Amino acid sequence: MEPGGFHVDPVAPVERAVITHGHSDHARPGHRHVMATPATLAIMRRRLGDGAGGTLQPLGYGEAVRVGDVTVRLVPAGHVLGSAQVVLEHAGARAVVSGDYKRAPDATCAPFEPVFCDVFVTEATFGLPVFRHPPAHGEVARLLHSMTVFPERTHVVGAYALGKCQRVITLLRAAGYDRPIHLHGALMPLCDLYRDAGIDLGELRPATVADAAELRGALVLAPPGAIADRWARRLSDPVVALASGWMRVRQRARQRGVELPLVISDHADWDELVDTLRDVGAPEVWVTHGREEALVHQAGRMGIRARALSLLGFGEEGA
Amino acid sequence: MNRFAALIDALAFMPSRNGKIRLLVDHFAHTPDPDRGWALAALTGTLVFAEAKPAAIRRLAATRVDAELFAWSYDYVGDLAETVALIWPGGPEHGAGDPAAAPGLDEVVTALQGARRADVMELVEGWLDRLDASGRYALLKLITGALRVGVSARLAKTALAAWSGVALHDVEEVWHAVTPPYGTLFAWLDGRAGRPDAGTGAGFRPLMLATAAEEGDAASFDPGDWCAEWKWDGIRVQLAARGAERRIYSRTGDDVSAVFPDVTDHMSFDAVLDGELLVVRDGTVAPFNDLQQRLNRKTVTAAMLRAYPAFVRLYDILFEGAEDLRPLPFVARRARLEHWYEAVRPRRMDLSPLVPFAGPEDLAALRDGAREAGIEGLMLKRRDSPYVAGRPRGPWFKWKRGALTVDAVLMYAQRGHGKRSSFYSDFTFGVWRGEELVPVGKAYFGFTDAELVELDRWVRAHTVRRFGPVREVAPGLVLEVAFDSVNRSTRHKSGVAMRFPRVHRIRWDKPPGEADRLETVESLVDR
Repeated sequence: MEPGGFHVDPVAPVERAVITHGHSDHARPGHRHVMATPATLAIMRRRLGDGAGGTLQPLGYGEAVRVGDVTVRLVPAGHVLGSAQVVLEHAGARAVVSGDYKRAPDATCAPFEPVFCDVFVTEATFGLPVFRHPPAHGEVARLLHSMTVFPERTHVVGAYALGKCQRVITLLRAAGYDRPIHLHGALMPLCDLYRDAGIDLGELRPATVADAAELRGALVLAPPGAIADRWARRLSDPVVALASGWMRVRQRARQRGVELPLVISDHADWDELVDTLRDVGAPEVWVTHGREEALVHQAGRMGIRARALSLLGFGEEGA
Repeated sequence: MNRFAALIDALAFMPSRNGKIRLLVDHFAHTPDPDRGWALAALTGTLVFAEAKPAAIRRLAATRVDAELFAWSYDYVGDLAETVALIWPGGPEHGAGDPAAAPGLDEVVTALQGARRADVMELVEGWLDRLDASGRYALLKLITGALRVGVSARLAKTALAAWSGVALHDVEEVWHAVTPPYGTLFAWLDGRAGRPDAGTGAGFRPLMLATAAEEGDAASFDPGDWCAEWKWDGIRVQLAARGAERRIYSRTGDDVSAVFPDVTDHMSFDAVLDGELLVVRDGTVAPFNDLQQRLNRKTVTAAMLRAYPAFVRLYDILFEGAEDLRPLPFVARRARLEHWYEAVRPRRMDLSPLVPFAGPEDLAALRDGAREAGIEGLMLKRRDSPYVAGRPRGPWFKWKRGALTVDAVLMYAQRGHGKRSSFYSDFTFGVWRGEELVPVGKAYFGFTDAELVELDRWVRAHTVRRFGPVREVAPGLVLEVAFDSVNRSTRHKSGVAMRFPRVHRIRWDKPPGEADRLETVESLVDR
């Protein structure tokens, strides 16, 4: 597909893959040779076991490696632990594949670094100007306020296992919440991995073994699929919250039966997408993953050549 | 404005009534005057200012946002105020202003009340630049008069009572004598000042309500202690005519005078009365459906006044002139009511007759005959009962006629809210019309918690399609549904609509093919 004979985040098994980050719609199993940051490789091994790949080649941020006649570098994308943009240099031209990224601060991963380039391939998960994420600390303050208004109820927050969960925990700790946080079983392994990477998450307890009395007034994190389903019946009259950029739109929150929508996203919002197009200075932009048409239109208004790059098989995980 | 916006947001997503009360209590406790009073006014619909039209808001947005981007966004979000609130390019979160400079609710309301309609949008534009997305949303909903957060005036007053510890009926008693931003009301509830004077105006006096009689109660209905009346199938109202003021209040204290001029025209007396609002033609009470045509409207046409003439059947008298009759026993008030009615003879009103009865058996027979007579049931009132606000258990009972039932087939199930959010707990059921099932109603109570677990399991195992929170199930489960009555409806595919449907029994044993047919349901329609 590209010079160098490798693919970035391929959807089907390939000979050589470069993986931007560990979410399952980007890091798929079964590639023969995988190159990614050490943290992304660790996440893939944790989630996929032997399926993580035949040979795993770690590449730290900023290190350059030649693959065929292409030079490859990985640069922080600010999305989740280990997430990277892929910088490709070939015949004097530079292309950057952003992967998923955000510009907002996040204590759990290295911040996005804009790289000046000729072609920029950007995600557009929140590629509509109604998606503008408020500061995350304000959303966490609303959660903590709700816990004072309903002190006897369990607050259960839906959060993806990789990235969102750990970010919400660090935001809570930064806001001074120092009680134990209870976790759905599916969230524990990656929290352990984040701790191994030196990120302090405070005291975490499994929600699965806690009894109903212990969960009165407690804070529980669980995968989004579990918060309003049978798993949640063990909780004490739960306040159902969900941490996601989609919560910006009321109807999306109502559809999911969410009582406390928290607009906390690991993706760039509209303003960050537009700022990034400006920052990387690329005369040509390819838009993928999301609502391409609006961002292509906006790029046109900024004098940038842009086109939509449709990809199959990408969902909303980690939004 | 930020506190108000946070309240509006939280209320809109809060499914439970108690949860809403807690949010309101928190707001009243932690928001200073006059903002909390303006919030109370906005929620109870007592704020008056020049409202803005959605088209004006759309034009304003067009001056700031690319037309194509706006169109895509509006298409995605589906709500104009929300789209504009989210897309507005100003605001402190985009570096255009300082969060501390956000306008307070007091500033907004005061300016709107003093503004000419032509100047409203200019004010709004300035505020939009100073507010964040939540604040912008609350502002736009406020100025279009469309808060829609599921808070009735009654609920707001209940929250005031819960917060202050003052009884709800005491709050209701003074409600119509206080005005936004309710400084005197909050001063009283805070304990900083005395109770505001309820005044001699035509304010609402909280109603006395009956509790439902259970089987065990019936044996004690002795004519020596009790009076019986028919329970008419309309809506409970209070007529208050004092001086030049003439008001009709619903049971919860909402002022519905404006849409019943055919009643207020004849309120040329000085009294406060309790009665049932009905549609009556040629002395005959029309079905509830006819009255429905007159409810929930802001205006009324001459054609509607002719087609659905309103009438009040009187139950009780609370004030005659300035004299408060509420402490008197029921029989004494009844005598005063009869005497008053003979003297005044108001048109479009009559007395609800007392129903003579010899004893409990006699009464049970009367109740069983109520459906045949097109009446909802009986009211039992203790002869010695004073008129007290609220719903005390004991002095007044309502004894409804037996429910109707049909066997219907479960068609769709929807997830509940709050405690029931992990359960499919709202059930749409249908009956057979030829070979197809047509929905005839929706029920979300009548089953035990244990039965709900079973129903939820059944729904999950028999789902054929999903639509967001709704699952369509294969026709396989029969529910015996009880309901008070059924009416013709043009809004439902089946052409009928049930009142108070609930799940009476789950017929695990019955094959769906043996459920009832639409013709059976139609035969039960009130004539």
